[in-house]
Amino acid sequence: MFKRLADAGTAVALTIDGKPVQARSGDTVAATLLVAGIGHCRTTPVTGAPRLPYCLMGVCFDCLVTIDGVGSRQACLVPVHEGMKVETQIGKREAGR
Amino acid sequence: MNAAELAPSYDLAVIGGGPAGLAAASVAARAGVSTVLFDENPGVGGQIYRGITSTPVTNRAILGEDYWAGEALADEAKASGTLIVNGATVWSLDPERVVGVSIAGKARLIEARRVIIATGSQERPFPIPGWTLPGVMTAGAAQTVLKAQGLLPDGRTVMAGTGPLMWLLAAQILRAGGKIAAILDTTPRRNLLRAAPHLADFMLSPYFAKGLALLREVKAKVPVRRVANVAAAGDGKLSEVVSDRGRMPADLLLLHQGVVPNINLALAVGAAHEWNERQLCFQPVLDEDFGSSVPGIAVAGDGAGIAGGTAAAERGRLAAIAAVRALKPDAQLPDPQSVRQRLQREEMGRAFLDWLNRPADSFRQPEGDTLVCRCEEVTAAQVRSTADLGCEGPNQMKAFLRCGMGPCQGRLCGLTVTELIATQRKTTPQAVGYYRLRPPVKPITLAELASLPISEAERKAVER
Amino acid sequence: MAADDYDVAVVGGGLVGVATAWGLAREGCRVVVLDEGDRAVRASRGNFALVWVQSKGLGLAPYAGWTIRSSNAWEGFAQTLKEETGLDVCFQRPGGFHLSLSERELETRANNLKRLHNQPGIVDYKTEIMDHAQVAKMLPDIGPEVVGGSYCPLDGHVNSLRLFRTLHTAINARGVIYLPSHRVETITRDGGEFRLTTEQGEIRANRVALAAGNANMHLAPMVGLECPMRPERGQIVVTERLRPFLRHPVVTLRQTDEGTVMIGDSKEERTDPAGLTLGVSATEAERAVRQFPLLANVNVVRTWSAIRVMTQDGFPIYDESESHPGAFTVCCHSGVTLAANHALTIAPMIARGALDKSLVAPFSARRFHVQEAG
Repeated sequence: MFKRLADAGTAVALTIDGKPVQARSGDTVAATLLVAGIGHCRTTPVTGAPRLPYCLMGVCFDCLVTIDGVGSRQACLVPVHEGMKVETQIGKREAGR
Repeated sequence: MNAAELAPSYDLAVIGGGPAGLAAASVAARAGVSTVLFDENPGVGGQIYRGITSTPVTNRAILGEDYWAGEALADEAKASGTLIVNGATVWSLDPERVVGVSIAGKARLIEARRVIIATGSQERPFPIPGWTLPGVMTAGAAQTVLKAQGLLPDGRTVMAGTGPLMWLLAAQILRAGGKIAAILDTTPRRNLLRAAPHLADFMLSPYFAKGLALLREVKAKVPVRRVANVAAAGDGKLSEVVSDRGRMPADLLLLHQGVVPNINLALAVGAAHEWNERQLCFQPVLDEDFGSSVPGIAVAGDGAGIAGGTAAAERGRLAAIAAVRALKPDAQLPDPQSVRQRLQREEMGRAFLDWLNRPADSFRQPEGDTLVCRCEEVTAAQVRSTADLGCEGPNQMKAFLRCGMGPCQGRLCGLTVTELIATQRKTTPQAVGYYRLRPPVKPITLAELASLPISEAERKAVER
Repeated sequence: MAADDYDVAVVGGGLVGVATAWGLAREGCRVVVLDEGDRAVRASRGNFALVWVQSKGLGLAPYAGWTIRSSNAWEGFAQTLKEETGLDVCFQRPGGFHLSLSERELETRANNLKRLHNQPGIVDYKTEIMDHAQVAKMLPDIGPEVVGGSYCPLDGHVNSLRLFRTLHTAINARGVIYLPSHRVETITRDGGEFRLTTEQGEIRANRVALAAGNANMHLAPMVGLECPMRPERGQIVVTERLRPFLRHPVVTLRQTDEGTVMIGDSKEERTDPAGLTLGVSATEAERAVRQFPLLANVNVVRTWSAIRVMTQDGFPIYDESESHPGAFTVCCHSGVTLAANHALTIAPMIARGALDKSLVAPFSARRFHVQEAG
């Protein structure tokens, strides 16, 4: 759905649902997800419908993912870092994660 | 910077690092007033100047000179002595000007003698069938990743909507080498009639020449169709855009029908708001210095009413001048008269644009299974029939259907719900009102909330 | 039927009012419900949704029996509403807890329960004091700071907002006329009928049931009755939706059928519903995390405060007027727990024109004068 104009910054290695993905420094997690072309970053807690980020400015809350074990993080507000573990959030969040 | 390093109080707290916030903070800090600016993003610039200090899109022709004008604002703020705190989410503000802020998962309460809310605007909700499908995003979202990360739409991209930002984004994408398959223009033809009385002012404003040039640039390369309805279709993700002009395959649909003030924080602090019938949104009631109905708290920038980025900076300056005058009467300040004159020039031409790009009722007041509340997945039919049951306002509606109870706190459903109730019950949005909002206006964890200072009386009220 | 020709006018469109109105409609009455507008202070939008038995009745023993009657009728009540409207209010009675975070708290709790169950005439219902290990068997996620608690198998909870919506849907289907933005200003009795002046004109009815919560305090004297109230504010913290982890409601923390966790609760004398004190929310959050440490990183999505409907002594007030025959007061704090009673027991009494003293005499407001005299 999105591609890079150019490879800016430096390479940052992270994983999405265990799969290694190359991000760039300066990415937000949401930007990395969009470039990686994943189908959905979460499924809704109400009906399980698939969602991807919608607004990318912190107001829609559709970009909620689990980052480094902590759920319901707004991917569009979190800058990537080396070794980050990103997981899609399926349905309701689990307490304690 | 981490939360523990913040001082317990500042003279002025500016919330939001877009043009209004940056300009306000610069004025105040240079006048010698201790100023802190909180912004939740990794860098300043807000939306219009997103990524201004770090954008990988270094070819200035792509984003255009209006974007790069933000560089001076960012530099000025940095040099002014303001403490700029990025990655800082303000989740609470009370009438005593105590600011609840969260940095890297740690919450702090900061006192301020004056506050300027500069949280700007957000995209107007665009509730069409299928708008929650993966592959449907706002135009602003695409513009954000272009500016901040240098990302371009890939695959078949369709844009739909109305308003200058849509055309600007289209031009930026094309200049960067991207492709747009089609633009579906939802501007109602009738709008031209209502906008016409303001045409003269518009032609004298800076928007006119720029606007025409932009339209020509985009129309030369992208087919544009006027449409009366739009829907996103697909199984689990977008595959087609459907309109009264037919079906077209698409991987990405970018929606835009203007921006509206981001009112959640101002509402939560109890500032009075009113319905703006021309711009079809709620905005705070403000005096000529952008002071709200809560003493010591001003709202500057697009959050005060949509007027664009350059106007936002001037509003920020005026709000800051008033704040500084109250805090330090002998301070050195720019002359507010000349700021007001510049502001007036910026506001010329808005009336024409507002009327021209006013979204049709059908795009603001959906029907049937179209989702109104994305978080709680409440449909338009449910809202309409509950209004018919006797539900007169959005707070009762929230109690019945849970719309507005999700994490976005009504940002993407509030206006739609209010307008649907008004239509269904044959009254006005002003009479219907809006959701009652309280802190936290952005989520914080229980542990963060638990870490805040607790008085004996407060503890006693709970422990029994 | 003339537009203003009602058998009963119910004043108040909250849970007490609509439960009563539904019950009246089932008895064949023509009912109008007079309510305030969208911004009204509504306890029904701000309650904890417990259907609670434990600790009810300390100071007025008959309240325990009245509560248990409603708790036992709740399942059938919920089922009937589901059949009528298709809406499921998700009533559950798995048994509930009151958790203590210190020895002192546990001791206070145990003493209160002892005093309660020592009262003459008390219905004996089982409430057990448990230590940490016993609680942990039923609530495996409790934190080490939970010293123990009290457990009652009759405690339960419901989705109270859905209950509210369900009752409104049900009364609408039964032809009850619901009039919002019709706040009642005066009530007079003239020629055998009641005249209620509202913000939008006059309503007439043969009987009147005052179910207006704290507003009953100024309305009741208009019909020769009294409802001494002492409203008090409470604040609630609500989390994002979570996967189910807590089956048993705790009196200050419960997981809803939607997955959100509601956390309370405070007792504050302030009576402005809009303001919040962060320190109170912080205390509630702190205790929640001490009770259930796995909640530490869970997001708070909203907080709200509400004004509790609270009678002078905390117990319900049910009265019928002697000076204004046909006027009744229906007033209580536990509008959720007692909803079944209001719908299935109180409403038929009002439909018949008289309260059954054998059931509700202890709840007459005359008790306030007896106490003064004694």
